[in-house]
Amino acid sequence: MTDVINTMPGMPRAVPLESETPKPAVDAITGEKHRSEFDVEINGTVGKPLVDNAKMSSRNCDVFYGDKQAIFGVDLDIGNNEIIAMIGPSGCGKSTFLRVLNRMNDTISICRVTGEHTLDGEDIYGKKTDPVLLRARVGMVFQKPNPFPKSIYDNVAYGARLHGLASNRSELDDLVEASLIKAGLFKEVKDDLQKPGTGLSGGQQQRLCIARAIAVDPEVILMDEPTSALDPIATATIEELMDELRSNYTIAIVTHSMQQAARVSQRTAYFHMGKLVEVNDTDKVFTNPEHQLTENYITGRFG
Amino acid sequence: MPTQTILITLIALLIFSYFIGHKRSIAVSSLDKGRRNLHSRPHYYGYMVAIWAGIPALLILMLWSAFNSSIVTSLTVSGLPETIQAESKDTLGLIINEVKNLAVSGQIAEETDAVKRDAAYHYQRLQSISTLAKTVVVFVAALLGMLFAWRLINPELRARNKVETVVRWSMIVCASIAILTTVGIVFSVLFESIRFFESVPPSDFLFGTKWSPQTSIRTDQVGSSGSFGAIPLFVGTLLISAIALIIAVPLGLMSAIYLSEYSSRRVRSFAKPTLEILAGIPTVVYGFFAALTVAPFLRDLGESVGLSVASESALAAGVVMGIMIIPFVSSLSDDVISAVPQAMRDGSYGMGATKSETIRQVVIPAALPGIVGGVLLAASRAIGETMIVVMAAGLSAKLTVNPLEAVTTVTVQIVTLLTGDQEFDSPKTLAAFALGLGLFVITLLLNFVALHIIRKYREQYE
Amino acid sequence: MSNSNSTEIIRAGLKKRYAREKRFRLFGIASLMISFAFLLVLLFTIVSKGWPAFQQTYVKLDIVLDETVLKVNNKSDEDALFSANYQKVVRESLNKMFPGVKGRKQKRDLKNIVSNSAAYTIRDDVLENPDLLGTKQTYWFLAKDDIDVFMKGKIDRDLPEDERRLKDYQFEWIDKLIEEDRLEKRFNTVLFTNGDSREPEQAGMKGAIMGSLFTMLVTLMLSFPIAVAAAAYLEEFAPQNNKWVDIIEININNLAAVPSIVFGLLGLAVYINYFGVPRSTPLIGGLVLTLMTLPTIIIASRAAIKSVPPSIKEAAIGLGASRIQTLFQHTLPLAMPGILTGTIIGMAQALGETAPLLMIGMIAFVAEVPTGVLDPSTVMPVQIYLWSDSPERAFTERTSAAIMVLLGFLVAMNLIAIMLRKKFERRW
Repeated sequence: MTDVINTMPGMPRAVPLESETPKPAVDAITGEKHRSEFDVEINGTVGKPLVDNAKMSSRNCDVFYGDKQAIFGVDLDIGNNEIIAMIGPSGCGKSTFLRVLNRMNDTISICRVTGEHTLDGEDIYGKKTDPVLLRARVGMVFQKPNPFPKSIYDNVAYGARLHGLASNRSELDDLVEASLIKAGLFKEVKDDLQKPGTGLSGGQQQRLCIARAIAVDPEVILMDEPTSALDPIATATIEELMDELRSNYTIAIVTHSMQQAARVSQRTAYFHMGKLVEVNDTDKVFTNPEHQLTENYITGRFG
Repeated sequence: MPTQTILITLIALLIFSYFIGHKRSIAVSSLDKGRRNLHSRPHYYGYMVAIWAGIPALLILMLWSAFNSSIVTSLTVSGLPETIQAESKDTLGLIINEVKNLAVSGQIAEETDAVKRDAAYHYQRLQSISTLAKTVVVFVAALLGMLFAWRLINPELRARNKVETVVRWSMIVCASIAILTTVGIVFSVLFESIRFFESVPPSDFLFGTKWSPQTSIRTDQVGSSGSFGAIPLFVGTLLISAIALIIAVPLGLMSAIYLSEYSSRRVRSFAKPTLEILAGIPTVVYGFFAALTVAPFLRDLGESVGLSVASESALAAGVVMGIMIIPFVSSLSDDVISAVPQAMRDGSYGMGATKSETIRQVVIPAALPGIVGGVLLAASRAIGETMIVVMAAGLSAKLTVNPLEAVTTVTVQIVTLLTGDQEFDSPKTLAAFALGLGLFVITLLLNFVALHIIRKYREQYE
Repeated sequence: MSNSNSTEIIRAGLKKRYAREKRFRLFGIASLMISFAFLLVLLFTIVSKGWPAFQQTYVKLDIVLDETVLKVNNKSDEDALFSANYQKVVRESLNKMFPGVKGRKQKRDLKNIVSNSAAYTIRDDVLENPDLLGTKQTYWFLAKDDIDVFMKGKIDRDLPEDERRLKDYQFEWIDKLIEEDRLEKRFNTVLFTNGDSREPEQAGMKGAIMGSLFTMLVTLMLSFPIAVAAAAYLEEFAPQNNKWVDIIEININNLAAVPSIVFGLLGLAVYINYFGVPRSTPLIGGLVLTLMTLPTIIIASRAAIKSVPPSIKEAAIGLGASRIQTLFQHTLPLAMPGILTGTIIGMAQALGETAPLLMIGMIAFVAEVPTGVLDPSTVMPVQIYLWSDSPERAFTERTSAAIMVLLGFLVAMNLIAIMLRKKFERRW
């Protein structure tokens, strides 16, 4: 599917469309309805989707890819300085929702987003809001490490240069160093700052991307399955890093791994077929889920 | 029999061979529980007989036709009186040409020179013997082949495998024609160039700055040597190509960027094919456009601001050539820009970069090797382009880098040297092959480097 | 470092950045527009210059087919009818219409109102029907190129006399002819029914069109089977990591980018000088163009063969078909639309190719229309080149018209290729 889109003229490339569209409830081949636990009704979200100290909030969020609806009426708050994990089977809409929060979906021409979405109470889809500024405030780390084909230094300095955040070379040097230290990468690369970022290992590349994101001093960092392409040791390093970052940033992380969600997050949101099924404190979700679907998922009956 | 008739008869014979093969296979087989006890289906036996009849005969026909003329000519020469044979190569060539023309014209009897008359008769006789022998040998070969294969047929004969082996080998031969072509090019330009360098030292050719390929009719004539310094030609070629690239690279690259990153699908679906039209227009049309419209326009424009622009200026040819390679640059750039992974763009947008910032600082640097490769290919195309410069650039081999003056190029000189009245062995015509060798080597190197860069670039993102 | 601080810094720089964004986008649009403008100017120039050539001026004359002037005594004497001086009756007719023309130059100019093909027109007519002798006939003859150019408004009457092609007395004649309705512009059939000629008004491109046709025929018959066989071998049979196959692939890619003129040198040195193929013929042209188009067709055919899903081939092989049978019965038929599209595009390239054909003698002046692959001939692009080199004004017009005809053929070929691709486009 992705390949077909890549080759179609005029379409943005490599959009992970497939993983975002909900699975049909009717089997395409047999025409039968999927049975058992898949058939449980979803009537609104259970748990506590809303919080008092919301950094970002979404109400009535619908997302469409062309004619297909990928997200159905999601209401969700992301609290200040918390890590919220979004879990669910593939194609459930969690990544699409994440991309709503910094308007990354704008780069896909057929994608349409409705509902109210705010950052610190400001409408992020409003006419006055600038997506460039929004994305500087709401940074993003992607599934696959995607360093630019530049040196490590230039990768980290990229955003600062774009936005004019450093007025001279030494300020920029300091910023790069500070960002790399925060991302826990400085010790490993301090002698190789001029070497290409693409030469690092996968885990280092992902930390480089985190350093790059925090160099523009965002308020929120969105992470889209940041460790899915990494080995367990690199994953552990990044998870530790997230815990340290929590004091300064609000983090929303999409993950496939329930253990990771349980380890790093304070709240967990469970998505299913484009709908937000349950949101609650992480402990609660994993020990005593309210919704049947959530329980089925975390007990490994599907996923 | 003329070759065409032989061919037609041979084809009829092949069809006949197919049928007798087909028929015999059925005749020699027997029905066993409703199935023939043949190894292969009957038509394969037909094909096999046709192949045996056709391939040797066709090979003989091809080789005979290919070498007929040189053999008959050399036999005619050896039939000439020894005094004439001792003449210089050029004179001998002239005489042979006259003899041939005489033989073809059919008015041999009216020729007054007895030697030529005899030679012409000799030539005619040799030709008719050769044709007759060719006809006989070809048909004997075809019939023998047919008979041989026909006798081979028995139910155990694995006709399908034999036919398929032949098919596979002919496919290999077809694929190898690419190599033969390259070898042919190398040999044709190399041999004639070597002969050229026997009379003109390579250093004069490579480093000489004066080009005036006059050869004399008499040896004692003033300026009989001619000068063959190729530097002005190569400088002229590079000048025009450089102008073309200055026009084509920015326009082509920016068009590609706009079409792949900005434009809507509808604009793209209309604009891309429209741009490709430029690539489909024959070069002779561009040449006409350059000579008739662009060159006078530039000359008048220059006049109006007090510049003297030659009516065959390098600028006019270069600009038009640039227009011609715009779609070339843009489609190659489009390919390499598309190959840059979306993840990289996302990374940049995710940090709050605008579209142009992303393109300039991430996409283009990432695509740079591919773009460079594309530009090298475009340069090779510009250097080898012929018609535009033949029609719009001059003939004067002036050593200058002023785009407002007339310069000449390698391709123009090749055409000029080879389209006049030519004796094949004069340094003048041989010089064209030396220039061709230079052209071939330069473009080959450019292509090789460019394709290598592009392949490496593609692998990087696979 | 505080968040609000950097937000302010970013906000401050935004205006400038968006201006740069807009500028960049404008550059893109401008490049595209400039390229389109070039295309439009080119096409406009050609069409506006070539359009008038599809009309030709004819002049009406009353011819008295006087037997004494023609010196034909016996109507059944074909030789006498053939060699009679028909030019003379044309001249007499003109003299009668414009009496009192004096001086050799003026007399010659008077004769040059009509093309010298007028005599042949009368001769052919008389040979067909000898009873016309002695009668008075009205003929529409081709006008000479200068008259034609004037009739199309390309000669400015207001220029000083010595700066224009036609003199004052010639204008008087023309005015009289116009007054008597003896000048008329008609559709130019000559352009399509005649071979080349030194006289612009008699020059047509039938010879070039037929030459191109024969050349393309040779090219197609050679390049199509060879290219398909080569592509099938490389895609389906060639062993992996084989040196020979690698060399073939490198060669094909490089040949696609070798300057076309080099193929002309190959044709001259190998085909003509070594193998003695007759020069100036469609045969040698086709042989050279075959080598040039092979890479294009091979590359397109390989792509088409590659796009046939392996499952279909595996199914055939699973049923006991040999690999060659699978190729001929399944793979090639399914890949054929793609192969044909590539072939048409390759042929279109070959049809527009000029440079290598100059090397192999197709540049010679050939007045007769070729009837086979061994007749000396020229091809359309070379005809364009030859005409563009001619000094006569009327040839410029005909050059543009010939370009329009050539472009017409190319457009038709490309449309067929597009339709083929649309019609047989298949998604596996």
